[in-house]
Amino acid sequence: MSDQALIPGWEVVIGLEVHAELATVTKMFSSALNRFGGEPNTNIDPVSLGLPGSLPVLNEKAVELAIRVGLALDCVIQPSVFSRKNYFYPDMPKDFQISQYDLPINGIGSLELPDGRRIGIERAHLEEDTGKSTHVGGGGRIHEAGHSLIDYNRSGVPLIEIVSAPDMRGAEDARAYVSELRSILVAIGASDGKMEEGSMRVDCNVSVRRQGTTELGTRCEVKNINSLRSMGRAIEYEARRQVDLLESGERVQQQTRHWNEDDGRTHKLRSKEEAYDYRYFPEPDLVPVEPSEEWIAEIRAALPMLPRERRRRLADAAGVEPSDTALTVQRGMDDLAVDAIAAGADAERVLVHVENNLADGAGELTAAPFAALVAMETGGDLTATQAKTVLADLVASGGDPAAHAAAHGFEAMDTSELEALVDRIIAQHPDDWDGFVGGDDKERRKKAGFFVGQVMKATRGQADGRIVNELLAQRADGQGA
Amino acid sequence: MSARSTADAVRAGERSARSVVEEHLAAIDAREDEIHAFNLVMADEALTQADDVDRRIAEGEDPGPLAGVPVALKDNLCTRGIDTTCGSRILEGWRPPYDATAVERLVAAGAVVIGKTNCDEFAMGSSTENSAFGPTRNPLDTSRVPGGSSGGSAAAVAAGFAPLALGSDTGGSIRQPAALCGTVGVKPTYGRVSRYGLVAFGSSLDQVGPFAASVEDAALLLEAIGGHDPRDSTSIPEASPDLLGVLGQGVEGLRIGIISELMGGPDQAASVEGIAEDVRARVEQAAEALAAAGATVEHASVPSTIYGLSAYYLIAPAEASSNLARFDGVRFGLRVDADTAPEMNTATRTAGFGDEVKRRIMLGTYALSAGYYDAYYGRSQKVRTLIQRDFSRAYESFDLLLSPTAPTTAFPLGDKTDDPMLMYLADVCTIPSNLAGHPAMSVPFGTGDDGLPVGVQVLAPALAEATMFRAAAVLEGTAP
Repeated sequence: MSDQALIPGWEVVIGLEVHAELATVTKMFSSALNRFGGEPNTNIDPVSLGLPGSLPVLNEKAVELAIRVGLALDCVIQPSVFSRKNYFYPDMPKDFQISQYDLPINGIGSLELPDGRRIGIERAHLEEDTGKSTHVGGGGRIHEAGHSLIDYNRSGVPLIEIVSAPDMRGAEDARAYVSELRSILVAIGASDGKMEEGSMRVDCNVSVRRQGTTELGTRCEVKNINSLRSMGRAIEYEARRQVDLLESGERVQQQTRHWNEDDGRTHKLRSKEEAYDYRYFPEPDLVPVEPSEEWIAEIRAALPMLPRERRRRLADAAGVEPSDTALTVQRGMDDLAVDAIAAGADAERVLVHVENNLADGAGELTAAPFAALVAMETGGDLTATQAKTVLADLVASGGDPAAHAAAHGFEAMDTSELEALVDRIIAQHPDDWDGFVGGDDKERRKKAGFFVGQVMKATRGQADGRIVNELLAQRADGQGA
Repeated sequence: MSARSTADAVRAGERSARSVVEEHLAAIDAREDEIHAFNLVMADEALTQADDVDRRIAEGEDPGPLAGVPVALKDNLCTRGIDTTCGSRILEGWRPPYDATAVERLVAAGAVVIGKTNCDEFAMGSSTENSAFGPTRNPLDTSRVPGGSSGGSAAAVAAGFAPLALGSDTGGSIRQPAALCGTVGVKPTYGRVSRYGLVAFGSSLDQVGPFAASVEDAALLLEAIGGHDPRDSTSIPEASPDLLGVLGQGVEGLRIGIISELMGGPDQAASVEGIAEDVRARVEQAAEALAAAGATVEHASVPSTIYGLSAYYLIAPAEASSNLARFDGVRFGLRVDADTAPEMNTATRTAGFGDEVKRRIMLGTYALSAGYYDAYYGRSQKVRTLIQRDFSRAYESFDLLLSPTAPTTAFPLGDKTDDPMLMYLADVCTIPSNLAGHPAMSVPFGTGDDGLPVGVQVLAPALAEATMFRAAAVLEGTAP
């Protein structure tokens, strides 16, 4: 993550606006269902269609979820006001969006990345989603389309818009931020965080500046990003485009740009001069939201453990750095790991298994047999390769690791047998042995790998690599002395 | 026959709801062509509703305090399956899939909806001449306007087409036509009556309220439609006030102030202009009547009310510019097709909206625009706060305030249609109550020099409708 100077001499500055649909049962301002998919225009009512005479009534659950997000991001939770953001668009039924403007529910906060760095959060406010247009003909763009179909199922779905500070310095940072944010939203039950279903959407503000300077460059906002992968590509493309402009003596113009997945470029949507004047003003149909201290405390008390706390908990249990536990927490296997370690399993082996051998899930595996398996492995009863096989059995069907090992015919190899084999192989490869004994560290590691490989080959993987390494070291010491 | 005695007779089985409705349909038949109070007379539906009331009574049920009483609804109140036009072409043919809360409550109280009344387009106007379906005429003199924007409702009650009607009041649209047609008209406290199903004009100002031929009937109607509604977030969480029970309590001991700034005249330096001499004289006479009934009556000052009109004509259009954005041809009402969506929006709105609506949308859009917001919308909100503060101060010394409802009696059709500013001045006395969110009502009190009715406005602090109705009842009883 540190080496992001993709364009020598330049620094990329990124701020993100993430929209996440809140996981409520009903919509933000009415009792129509908040549900993804379904026949078009079935989860609707007068409010989500913006029919004349209809009025919004705030969904308390949406406010609660927004407060959860605010607490998880260490934001200031404050009295807030809804405003109208006015612009015409066919999939926006009232031709204004109810949003929060100068008084958002969540003010300044921050998000801690797995590596410990903090990305500033400027605000996280509530707003309603629009409907969804499908432009038929003309390549799917509204101006060339023959006609458009509109589905209002999404209209009025509650959103939280989380606006970061321009604290990220490259695509890697942005990816780390978005995946951490998604983990948090999922962990606290605020959103399902599915980018592919559009329940989480990211707009990127990208600017560049000469390395060593501190003034922010002119930014462009890139929209239409549908995955973490395309976000990375879009940022890299956009940064390159801006650097090319500046290096050829031109200026970057403040624009909103559209990421096109197919050609891998961003395209101008509108310039600053063409930007909408949204004519924000306080929404007169709603009253200010003033959550009481008691309510906020209640929500805080009910918050589950956040990813960063889970990383720290596992790191403390395993005696490693929090960043080393990121993958385990992301896979949701930190409870399993913490429990296995508490049951006496070697922490390092536990993390290695979770990261390397449990990518497809833990299945039937529970902490006690996991710990027993790791104990067999560290006790020399199973080699690493055998342990991996037994682990797969435990994932598939649970049960007792010793029974699985016996079923496979795995037995610990007699040490004297192994010693004889090692000596024989040393004798067969005198040049390599000289390299092991007399070589530098790099050479020694390389040759160790060679000898362990030979032993494994001869024993069809039954030997314990750790013991082979010890035997090699003993014999080298004997010779050197 | 009053609404209350009609309902009592129907509930007692002394007369059928059908006969009541038939009698009013006959009155409509006789004069509607000349007056044009209605955009839609719902004869068949009304008779069906009346038969339902009669059937329930025959079965021993009590249909409620408005049993069998015909009510006319301003055509900006949503009625399920029934055209709701707001006096605009742009909504022609639209039928709401739901009833406004006020309408639901009327029907639940046994009332019979007899028709949808004409109004200025989207309630923007003071004469009902801005209706896309032609003007309504004042039943007392058909060369004159009935006032507006709820002119159809006022005319319907004044002509005996219905004993009761509902209107909406954003800057005076119930009280001013009530005054010009000689009926009682009430704007309740903001939040007293649900706005759910009222097509919005200025959301922070709009309020649904009653028209009736008497103070008692207005109380009966307000009791029926008032009270908390969870579908309107600005609805006050309180039960509907008891008004009928206080009507006879008089004004003994009440402190009543005449608002100097709304009286005009040569001796009133800091006052609005244009208050006619005959109107002022009636208000002074009304004050004397209240004093004679035991109230303490003095002059009161609410200085910032003179800026009310200016602030109102920024705030209301600003909200309207946003509220009326949804009439875009996409989902309901008129659509004028064009090559692109934005062109379709423009073509639809150009064809569907009348001049006054367009004028206010432009005014409001301008007032909210970047760079102008602070100078216009922002400043008008400050004036609004000042007006609220000045009223609060005045209510430290007074229980109620008094003023003219409208500067003049009913004016001739066409008199002010070429001069929007002149038309706007018709609401100069009524607007401050909307800006403050306070209740106010107009009570007929004699006539002007032309023999047409004058309305006296009784203003009260928030939620003090009961006190306001006590004074109104005294004025009604002592009116010349």
